[in-house]
Amino acid sequence: MHNDIVNTIHESSLLFSNYEAGSGIKKALEMGRDDILFELKASKLKGRGGAGFPTSTKWMLVAAATGADKFIICNADEGEPGTFKDRVLLMNAPFLILDGMVVGGYTVGAAHGYIYLRGEYVYMRQFLEDCLNEMREKNLLGNNICGKEGFNFDISIVMGAGAYVCGEETALIESLEGQRGEPRNRPPYPVNTGLCGAPTTVNNVETLAAVPHIILMGGEKYAERGTSASSGSKLFSISGDCEKPGVYELNWGITINELLAKVGAYNTKAVQVGGASGICIPKSKFDRKLAYEDVATGGSIMIFNESRKMLHVLKNFMEFFVEESCGQCTPCRIGNQKLLEGVEMIEKNQYTFAHINNLKELGETMKVASKCGLGQSSPNPFLSILEDFKEEIFHAKSDGVYK
Amino acid sequence: MKHLKTSRAPISQKAYVPSAPENVDTIGGTVTVQINSKTMTVPFGTTILEACRMSDIYIPTLCAHEDLGIGGHCRLCLVDVEGMRTLQASCAFPITAPLKVKTSTIAVRKARKHIMELLLSEHVGECYACVKNGNCELQDLAKEMGVDSYMFGHDNVSKYPVDRSSYSVIRDMDKCVNCRRCVRTCIDLQEVGCLEAIGRGAETHIDTFMAKPLAEVVCINCGQCINRCPTGALYANDPSDEIWRAIEDPTKHVVIQTAPSPRAAIGEEFGLEPGISLTKELNTAIKRIGFDKVFDTNFTADLTIMEEGTELLTRIKKAVVDGDESVKLPQFTSCSPGWVKYIEHFYPEYLDHLSSAKSPQQMFGTIIKTFYAEQAGIDPKDIVSVALMPCSAKKFECNRPEMDASGYKDVDYGLTAREMAMMIKEAGMKLPSLPKSDFDNPFGLGSGAGLIFGATGGVMEAALRTVYELVTGREVPFEKLRIEAVRGFEGVKQSSVVLENVVPDWSFLEGVELKFIVAHGTANAKKVMELLKAGELYDVHFIEIMACPGGCLGGGGQPVPTNEKIRKARAKAIYAEEETLPVRKSHENSHVAEFYAKFIPEGPCSHKSHELLHTHYTKRGKFIL
Ligand SMILES: Cc1cc2nc3c(=O)[nH]c(=O)nc-3n(C[C@H](O)[C@H](O)[C@H](O)COP(=O)(O)O)c2cc1C
Ligand code: SF4
Ligand code: SF4
Ligand code: SF4
Ligand code: SF4
Ligand code: FES
Repeated sequence: MHNDIVNTIHESSLLFSNYEAGSGIKKALEMGRDDILFELKASKLKGRGGAGFPTSTKWMLVAAATGADKFIICNADEGEPGTFKDRVLLMNAPFLILDGMVVGGYTVGAAHGYIYLRGEYVYMRQFLEDCLNEMREKNLLGNNICGKEGFNFDISIVMGAGAYVCGEETALIESLEGQRGEPRNRPPYPVNTGLCGAPTTVNNVETLAAVPHIILMGGEKYAERGTSASSGSKLFSISGDCEKPGVYELNWGITINELLAKVGAYNTKAVQVGGASGICIPKSKFDRKLAYEDVATGGSIMIFNESRKMLHVLKNFMEFFVEESCGQCTPCRIGNQKLLEGVEMIEKNQYTFAHINNLKELGETMKVASKCGLGQSSPNPFLSILEDFKEEIFHAKSDGVYK
Repeated sequence: MKHLKTSRAPISQKAYVPSAPENVDTIGGTVTVQINSKTMTVPFGTTILEACRMSDIYIPTLCAHEDLGIGGHCRLCLVDVEGMRTLQASCAFPITAPLKVKTSTIAVRKARKHIMELLLSEHVGECYACVKNGNCELQDLAKEMGVDSYMFGHDNVSKYPVDRSSYSVIRDMDKCVNCRRCVRTCIDLQEVGCLEAIGRGAETHIDTFMAKPLAEVVCINCGQCINRCPTGALYANDPSDEIWRAIEDPTKHVVIQTAPSPRAAIGEEFGLEPGISLTKELNTAIKRIGFDKVFDTNFTADLTIMEEGTELLTRIKKAVVDGDESVKLPQFTSCSPGWVKYIEHFYPEYLDHLSSAKSPQQMFGTIIKTFYAEQAGIDPKDIVSVALMPCSAKKFECNRPEMDASGYKDVDYGLTAREMAMMIKEAGMKLPSLPKSDFDNPFGLGSGAGLIFGATGGVMEAALRTVYELVTGREVPFEKLRIEAVRGFEGVKQSSVVLENVVPDWSFLEGVELKFIVAHGTANAKKVMELLKAGELYDVHFIEIMACPGGCLGGGGQPVPTNEKIRKARAKAIYAEEETLPVRKSHENSHVAEFYAKFIPEGPCSHKSHELLHTHYTKRGKFIL
């Protein structure tokens, strides 16, 4: 284990509470597949990886798809800057996740599951392998699991190689297949044509961790938490200028102000929600809610106080995208470079508003023209930071109008 | 025939084949799509791009290519699909449900313009100093989209050195737009896979294994990537400057042999429709450029048939009559240098199956500097021997160190059809309007059998016409000698013919079913090789393989663009021309008979013929140190 990695859990209402390993599986195996899907639907659980797709729908699609093989993949690539909640979950509640995978495998009809583990998390591998072996010994993995005739399921761990884009589900699948990790064209979607062409569900670590609890407590009970459109609790990875960084499990719907108070953040100028590809919330909008219907997020919260230069923050994000774009499609590969160049021009005070306005339009194009979520969201910080911090960023200029 | 899974191309790159009813006419076999104001019904799974093309709506494309798997990289072909948050790449979007598509909304047009500007911003190249000037898809697109200034700048600092290591293919990655057609060509069509996207983000570029020079990786020199590159980033290693110099040098006797395929395609470089042969006009142009002699490679194609056919019969005899177990069958053709290098790299343990006969180009090279030099009384050291070929691999082939049977470099330069067209243009001629003239003697006569070498299946057809007749004393039993079973563009063709009432010399072949296979494009060659490896082809006698899709007429030195329609038109022209020729069987070519009588009286596969007309191969393997 790495001693220098601190997994601080500040608040937890559900995910880190006591869970008896295997109990979710046992209960699920007593239920019919349809009943599990029904409970999931009632729970209104949405994907915790960022996209927020209803989990019950995804599983139902895979369950309904035809194919000799089906797969369930746990997305543990956790590459979004500022998130570390999956790491904490994997270390502190591994059986929750693994049980979630088994339940998922049972529900969709998969015989094999993969954990795609972020390359930097290689130190966890042995720990997780030990957990898997423990499950095999208890017949929570293997053939005829818990006596359920015909339900055979096992899990293997595959290491990522350090590319952020491999967290995108189709790039992840390519990487698993041994190809260059690049997002695929869609349609077809993984639920029909996923790993090796077979129907596949890719789920975030945290999504899977919620499943055993939903099975045990019932979907409706789970949905009592949070807001009507964002049910349940969510892990937030808090970092930046605050007294108590770490992981917080909070119900959806909390406002940014409330959150800042909890974590001991003062003189906050801006909060980046959703990592590099998220959006930057200025002080004036701190009353916005963290929820799918307002500010959606995979859980990364970065706090910047008054001492931070927003242009600097923006440059940092753009450098990240210039490097992490997989490079296959034009808008993202070259577009991010152009946006970064724009930031550098502003930094050197060598810009025209005409050009900055062109770049903003380019950003709009990138949002709709890029092939995957990376390029579609990479202009977000550029657009939101330039818009909300224009007074701070732009020096007096007389040669144009900033629109 | 059995099918093994042989493709290494990513699944995601393959055309999406949705599970739809097998019969298109049943309910659900088709879908309705509304494109702009027009509603149409298309087969389930048709891409939006295909649907647009069916209804004559033009969509700009860069990374899409009819011959290749799906890319979806450039994003120029974006369209608006109702109900979708983002624009969709029409080349990569299969229609599986009713859709409403708009192809030229403001957002769509703006996005395309932005993308074009982005591509140009990192395209280091000046059109007037570029091989592709005038036939460049990037240039055309820029013009179409009215690019008049560089909105996002324009790089003119070179980032990558030009790789000139290969005898065949030059790579200038400064001009590359990362469309990855070359990558897909090399894996989808050729199963070589020596080009890949390397690096991430801004660093992404196309490179070879470990960024080695192209000459040091498993590239088979087929040039198929050149034919599909939309820019001037890939081009053939052009020897025309040296050739011009030799022509002006009064001490040099410059001769050229011309292969069948360039004739059927070179007109395309002069604005003609594909499928018009300019054989005799080409002879005139060549003479006017200043070549001393123009010879017909069909002559040595006939020679190849005599040698390769005899070799085949000998192998069968040794195996059947003598019970010699060291004899390898099936025998493979060896006239495609791309295929030869492919098998040397990927299946070196099967090299004994390859016919030892040289390719027609190299046979000619040897003969010109021996027999012809003798006959014409010219010192072979003063002869410059050029080969007009549809092929970039021929450039590599003529530089193989073992190709010096004449005591000199047998063929000095391989010249592609594209480069010849350029020479003709430089000489100020319009090829289509030139008068016609004949080939020079003593090799002026080539049979139709030699001509059809240009199309996939052609070598097999030519060989069968001769072998069947040698063995049975009768013509092949097909109308107008057309052996349809080996014609056409199916990737792997298999057929057989029974030898009955054979002549006494070949009595052991009585009743034998001669089995043969024809494949083109090395991806198909791989399928055949894997079957061979699996022991499935134990009873097959003869296999023709051409490295390029469609055979030589689709070679890496042929005019660009290329697609199946164009290749079919070229094939049609070749088959049509062949039926007009007086001699259509290699063994009936009187010049060939005369040549053997005068020069190799012992006949095909004799000792002398082995010295001059046969070769040996190198076990290269996949790992080159
Ligand atoms: C560039 C990019 C990176 C992503 N990285 C991750 C990641 O590290 N972990 C993750 O769970 N999802 C990531 N996603 C989202 C996945 O594509 C996918 O939506 C998710 O794994 C689905 O699981 P869920 O439905 O449980 O959220 C990423 C998406 C994009 C576009
Ligand atoms: S948007 Fe970026 S990361 Fe996504 S496919 Fe395109 S280049 Fe790759
Ligand atoms: S590749 Fe095309 S656009 Fe580029 S320099 Fe050459 S002709 Fe011009
Ligand atoms: S010449 Fe052929 S083998 Fe070589 S890189 Fe091009 S396509 Fe691949
Ligand atoms: S070399 Fe040519 S074909 Fe290959 S990616 Fe570049 S532009 Fe496209
Ligand atoms: S042509 Fe469709 S994305 Fe390039």
